[in-house]
Amino acid sequence: MSDRRRVVVTGIGVVAPGSMGREGFWDMLTAGRTATRRITFFDPALFRSQVAAEVDFDGRLLGLTAHEVHRNDRFVQMAMVAADEAVADSGLPLGSGAAGAPDPDRVGVALGSAVGATMRLEQEYVAVSDAGTHWLVDPRYASSFLHHALVPSCGATELAVRFGAHGPAVVVSTGCTSGIDAVGYASQLIEDGDADVVVSGASDAPISPISMACFDTIRATTGNNDDPEHAARPFDARRDGFVMGEGAAVLVLEELESARRRDAEVYCEITGYANRCNAFHMTGLKPDGVEMAEAIRQALAQGRTAPDEVGYVNAHGSGTKQNDRHETAAVKRSLGPAAQRVAMSSIKSMVGHSLGAIGSIEVAATALALQRGVLPPTANYEVPDPECDLDYIPNTAREQKVDVAVSVGSGFGGFQSAIVLSRPSRRTP
Amino acid sequence: MTGLLVTGLGVVAPTGVGAEAHWSSVLREEAAIGPIEGFDPTAYGISLAGQVRDFRPADHVDSRLMVQTDRWTWMSLAAATLAAEDAGYSAPEDAYATSVFLAAGSGGNEFSQHEIQGLWAKGPRSVGAYQSIAWFYAASTGQISIRDGYKGPSGVVVSEAAGGLDSIGWARRVARRGTPAILVGGTEAGMCPYALLCQATSGRLSTATRPEAAYLPFDRRANGHVVGEGGAILLLEEPGAARARGVGRVWGEVCGYGATHDAHHHEDPAPDAGQYARAIRLSLADAGVTPEEVDLVLADGAGTPELDALELAAIGEAFASRSTPVPVSAPSSWTGRLMAGGSALAVATAVLAMRDGIAPGTAHLDDPVDAPGVELLRRPRVQPVSTVVVLARGFGGFNSSLVLRRYEGGATA
Repeated sequence: MSDRRRVVVTGIGVVAPGSMGREGFWDMLTAGRTATRRITFFDPALFRSQVAAEVDFDGRLLGLTAHEVHRNDRFVQMAMVAADEAVADSGLPLGSGAAGAPDPDRVGVALGSAVGATMRLEQEYVAVSDAGTHWLVDPRYASSFLHHALVPSCGATELAVRFGAHGPAVVVSTGCTSGIDAVGYASQLIEDGDADVVVSGASDAPISPISMACFDTIRATTGNNDDPEHAARPFDARRDGFVMGEGAAVLVLEELESARRRDAEVYCEITGYANRCNAFHMTGLKPDGVEMAEAIRQALAQGRTAPDEVGYVNAHGSGTKQNDRHETAAVKRSLGPAAQRVAMSSIKSMVGHSLGAIGSIEVAATALALQRGVLPPTANYEVPDPECDLDYIPNTAREQKVDVAVSVGSGFGGFQSAIVLSRPSRRTP
Repeated sequence: MTGLLVTGLGVVAPTGVGAEAHWSSVLREEAAIGPIEGFDPTAYGISLAGQVRDFRPADHVDSRLMVQTDRWTWMSLAAATLAAEDAGYSAPEDAYATSVFLAAGSGGNEFSQHEIQGLWAKGPRSVGAYQSIAWFYAASTGQISIRDGYKGPSGVVVSEAAGGLDSIGWARRVARRGTPAILVGGTEAGMCPYALLCQATSGRLSTATRPEAAYLPFDRRANGHVVGEGGAILLLEEPGAARARGVGRVWGEVCGYGATHDAHHHEDPAPDAGQYARAIRLSLADAGVTPEEVDLVLADGAGTPELDALELAAIGEAFASRSTPVPVSAPSSWTGRLMAGGSALAVATAVLAMRDGIAPGTAHLDDPVDAPGVELLRRPRVQPVSTVVVLARGFGGFNSSLVLRRYEGGATA
């Protein structure tokens, strides 16, 4: 065990709806406040679902240059702002060339995104097609940064350039588990000795007509337009679909020994990560939760963690009937009798479902919960569903010290991911 | 650990559907680049592409699945089947023992253009039920996993044209953690008007109208690249597992990988080739291979004077210790650049070259640039090919290098 490289989180940055920065995000979660509202980005009148969790975001006010805003889709801009906060929080002088800065060749980037620059691709399409009039789009109305928008790896490039990171860089795009998988991949880079520091997280900005329309047709999103603040109701018997969200979270992952050498403040250790596919259906889930349970079991096994050590599960909790039942079954199946005692909540009740980004936002929330001994609640939880009978931390945050937490995600394509975070004191020699 | 074995090839490329069709086209020196079919692209300042002309989706994809998916996914589904058939592989009893790790560049372009067109022309209700699952970057990976019953850890990596190699880099991490069989690589289909326009804004496309004047990597007349579609999916297996199932043929061994980023500018490459050379050195060190042992380098071959010069400088630097110039070819010149699919196809080309002991040539390389320490291959050549380095760069500064070796373990059965 001694020669295994271990991975810790030393910096967190968040861009989430209804709040500003990591601390604003945390205050909001622990207050149980929701950020879901009637869509303001465009007139949603013709759409079935008219609710979303929007970020009041202005990159220029948050430190981005005019050119950075001009050339980048919103998802990249939010990733840059979250990354700035995370890197500052870590205390690492990345990209500065300062004494004590990590070797730039040993700094990597892993950014998750489910749908990349979808918003910009659509806006630009409206211009070059004259609002869907011309299939043969007109290049005279195209911006010069459409290739950046077409291929989302531009997000990883922006972060690499920003922090002078010459190590491995990628975008991870596994749909709605992207945010967990990017952090999991980043921790593998460190474990495998290919990097000492990885700037890792996820970002998505899908609140645009095409994204809303495509989830409308399959009725995955909520139709609860009359009460937007209470539209996201995971695990509640009245839930009727997820609320679209947007945002970003970035974590600085660091090899334990190097973090220790510089006396870095450590939020938590990443002690396990696994994903599995259900090989069943692109959008459907079997109620038994078998593959998600397998991901949870494998992730726990990596850190030799027993099910009864898990004190908190940060749920996928999207607020669709099939997800909430699937996930409840997966937690019972993987934790066994310990599931009856575990605390579990879905922050999507407050910040919505930002597709790939939410995985990293939830990992950030889980890391903060471990560090601060407070578990965020599931908001809007009033009417229990007999098929979802675990402890979902209804409506009010709970002061509870937890040593091990699991964050899980489930996405289109059948992807099921789990990541295990542990308090740094646990098993530290 | 020993390297992963390449046991199956699935090629869907402008040069042909199937590994043999592709390889024989490369050996016949038939560039598969021609006028864009389907619409008039002259407004975008381009006229040529490497299109996959003999791909009949219905031969490979169930009709029910076809309406739910983009052309890019059809190609991935076909390539995955070809790879599994080539390897004689079917999902084992343990469904978790097979993984799918693909690269994606641009997603379900044509499908998505149709749906966005309809949305803005006719309103939200015109958007069909499959848009949500057809265009996103993980669509092909998810569909393969579902169709073929593969439940192992899976992933999708985006690093523009470097993605095909990076999917293999990730697969090695997954194999180390216990998954014995992994599909890697990827395909690309960016041939609809909007996707072509997007690619044209990179400023790197050739405006030439004659194929022999268009995409000319390492030639003094280099003036940009031609885009293409397709790619390759390969089956990689852990040697013990491959032996246990009695695998018949091993194409080669993946034995080293390295990746770096220029971290210089959002689109321009770094002014020096230092990080690109470092990626090559990392992969050689990882493989335990000296520069002297390398028989062939399959280059990225960007096809612009600046990017070509940087690549030759990187190769020159990484192989500086050799006593003889290192043979370098740019096989993408036969197909156009297939973005994430291109580097995956280059890996297939590399193992085919190893099998036959023939290094592929570079299309239209009539007036090669000076390349100290490098021997640019213009024509296919019979030579020992035991160790190959495959290189790829992604727009924005991604540099990846993969080392493949001929498998000397003999028949594994």
